[in-house]
Amino acid sequence: MDSSIISEESDHLSHEHNHDEEGSKMFGFIVFLLSETFIFLGFFTAYIVYKTANPDWLPAGVSGLEVRDPAINTVILVSSSFVIYLAERALARHDLIAFRQFLMLSIAMGSYFLVGQAIEWSHLSFGFTTGVFGGMFYLLTGFHGLHVLTGILLQILVFGRSFIPGNYDTGHFGVNATSIFWHFVDVIWIVLFVLIYIWQ
Amino acid sequence: MTNISVEDITGDAPQQEPRTDWKQYFSFSTDHKVIGIQYIVTAFILFLVGGIFAMIIRGELITPESDLVDRSVYNAMFTMHGTVMLFGWTFPILTGFANYFVPLMIGARDMAFPRLNAVAFWMIPIAAILLMASFFVPGGPAQAGWWSYPPVSLQNPTGNLINGEVIWLLAVAISGVSSIMGAINFVTTIVKMRAPGMTFFRTPIFVWNVFSAQIIQLFGLPVLTAGAVMLLLDLTVGTSFFDPTKGGDPVLFQHFFWFYSHPAVYVIILPVFGVFSEIFPVFARKPLFGYKIVAISSLLIAGVSGIVWVHHLYVSGTPGWMRLFFMLTTMFVSVPTGIKVFAWTATIWGGKLRFDTPMLFAFGALILFVFAGITGITLSSVPIDVHVNNTYYVVGHFHYVLYGTVTMGMFAAIYFWFPKMTGRMYYEGLGKLHFWLAFIGTNLNFFPMHPLGLQGMLRRVSSYAPEYEFWNIIASIGGFLLGVSTLPFILNMIGSWIHGEQAPKNPWRAIGLEWLVASPPPVENFEEIPVVVSEPYGYGKSEPLVAEH
Repeated sequence: MDSSIISEESDHLSHEHNHDEEGSKMFGFIVFLLSETFIFLGFFTAYIVYKTANPDWLPAGVSGLEVRDPAINTVILVSSSFVIYLAERALARHDLIAFRQFLMLSIAMGSYFLVGQAIEWSHLSFGFTTGVFGGMFYLLTGFHGLHVLTGILLQILVFGRSFIPGNYDTGHFGVNATSIFWHFVDVIWIVLFVLIYIWQ
Repeated sequence: MTNISVEDITGDAPQQEPRTDWKQYFSFSTDHKVIGIQYIVTAFILFLVGGIFAMIIRGELITPESDLVDRSVYNAMFTMHGTVMLFGWTFPILTGFANYFVPLMIGARDMAFPRLNAVAFWMIPIAAILLMASFFVPGGPAQAGWWSYPPVSLQNPTGNLINGEVIWLLAVAISGVSSIMGAINFVTTIVKMRAPGMTFFRTPIFVWNVFSAQIIQLFGLPVLTAGAVMLLLDLTVGTSFFDPTKGGDPVLFQHFFWFYSHPAVYVIILPVFGVFSEIFPVFARKPLFGYKIVAISSLLIAGVSGIVWVHHLYVSGTPGWMRLFFMLTTMFVSVPTGIKVFAWTATIWGGKLRFDTPMLFAFGALILFVFAGITGITLSSVPIDVHVNNTYYVVGHFHYVLYGTVTMGMFAAIYFWFPKMTGRMYYEGLGKLHFWLAFIGTNLNFFPMHPLGLQGMLRRVSSYAPEYEFWNIIASIGGFLLGVSTLPFILNMIGSWIHGEQAPKNPWRAIGLEWLVASPPPVENFEEIPVVVSEPYGYGKSEPLVAEH
């Protein structure tokens, strides 16, 4: 064992050892999303357990869920992931105009999804308390819908911030985090769509 | 670049007068050290609250009849005792120590997200006040036990949105969100903010163990949250997730609950193992035996913890093959745990042992943990568990873990780091008195629960058959002794913090970055961020000749 266990820098170098703040924020955000994933996994597990254990899964009088509109919704939502990626790319090459255009498109696509879901909800013949299926359906789609709404609000926020001069000159953490969140929301939806609409 | 030798670290550098600005502890501070002390003190206040509930429980059980409190009050007592001790004491105090010492130990100026850190702390008193408020709602606080199994938890006064069970769920949810925020902060801090040269295999075991514990929080807590949300919806809006009469499945809640709550035991105990690993080398003047394997075993415990929860459901209609699988995984936890116990034993073996209060507590806690581990292995075995399920044997086992190991381990941590945190020394005599009262009290209180359980006395009952009276009297005497044991502790802490002798930078001649700085450390911890050039626990030939105490 060396008798000098620690050496301390006497020059200014240590002052430069400010931690990589953007990197930490992004790392922390990804850890947060991993944690969120486990909440969804919990709900998915519950759904699978209930569905496999209950022979009379759907509420009385309900023969199945309509798939066409949710499928279109799915395509729109998943495509928006690509659009927000293009927005990120535009920002990276300092093309603020294209950045805003792609972001607006992505916000519109997310909003289309939410409105579509609201319309679907309004036509359904079962409610939150109609047995376990009703509960799981509204819990899953509602919880995911809240995430979509959050994603849209985040996108509006980064859109607004793009009008503050010099705001995105030094780093793009807010935009990158929003984008990752949006991809996360999309991936979760794909699993959800398969579970609820395809596996009927 | 100047080298700092062990002598420099352990030397008696002139100290600044310890800060006495107590008002900062009531502020929204973002200093990890202030937040650490806020956590520790809040946790201890809640420990006293949970302790009062325990005194009422032991008071009721001193006679076979149910004569001290109402049965519903008794139900509330054991429910709130468990809840407060777990969510109010064990988690927050460990978070407190982690908050205070992780940044210092890894050579960082603060946590990665200081404001998030402060928000996470302030959620704890809010959750605690909310929980206590449930004493004043119609029907009183939750009575379904700290695990809140449906359908019992769904039977709270119906048609009333504000009832004890709803408040219980909200309070637990708030503390859960706080813990997730904390976990994100700790994991990010440990991964991203270690000082130059502080590789993972130069990081103190305490940090390794906090890291492993927080990983469990990240995957476990969200699953409990999912179950809690569903229970809350059942309770408030009338969904039927856990109502078997409407297609729901109450056993699913047990899976949700224990998927987190068993690993939660490791969340609590891993940092305590970290404390052991800090204390034993110092008081034995030897390097930690098998540093790397001890470090890795923590991650292994965290990993295996995710696949043991069904041992709480052996009697919940769980199929035989599943019971066998979870019996084996549960038993497997004893492998990395055994490695640690072996390493600590080897560290102490042949060392120049000094039994100051921190060492007494750590050593006592280790002995109690070995006993808890043995009863734990018996409980992991399906045939024994089926026999003693829901009896006092189980209660005895987990109190050896939670009081004997975790709480005693936390007292070891408090005494060990008290000089660093306050800049004052505690009174050794009072510390030793505290230890002996606590050690004898623990054994008197919790050992009798094992024969009681084997004889068939059920837990959660307020009256029992007269043949159980003898052991219950002993247990109650032990319980009251434990209650009394906190008095010298409180006296010691308050007295020392105000009037204690000024502490040197490093009273234990310990090695580690936290001992490099003044006691208490300055706001930004280090004047210059240190550059680490070797592994921790270098006790041995190079240790300083001049001891400072």
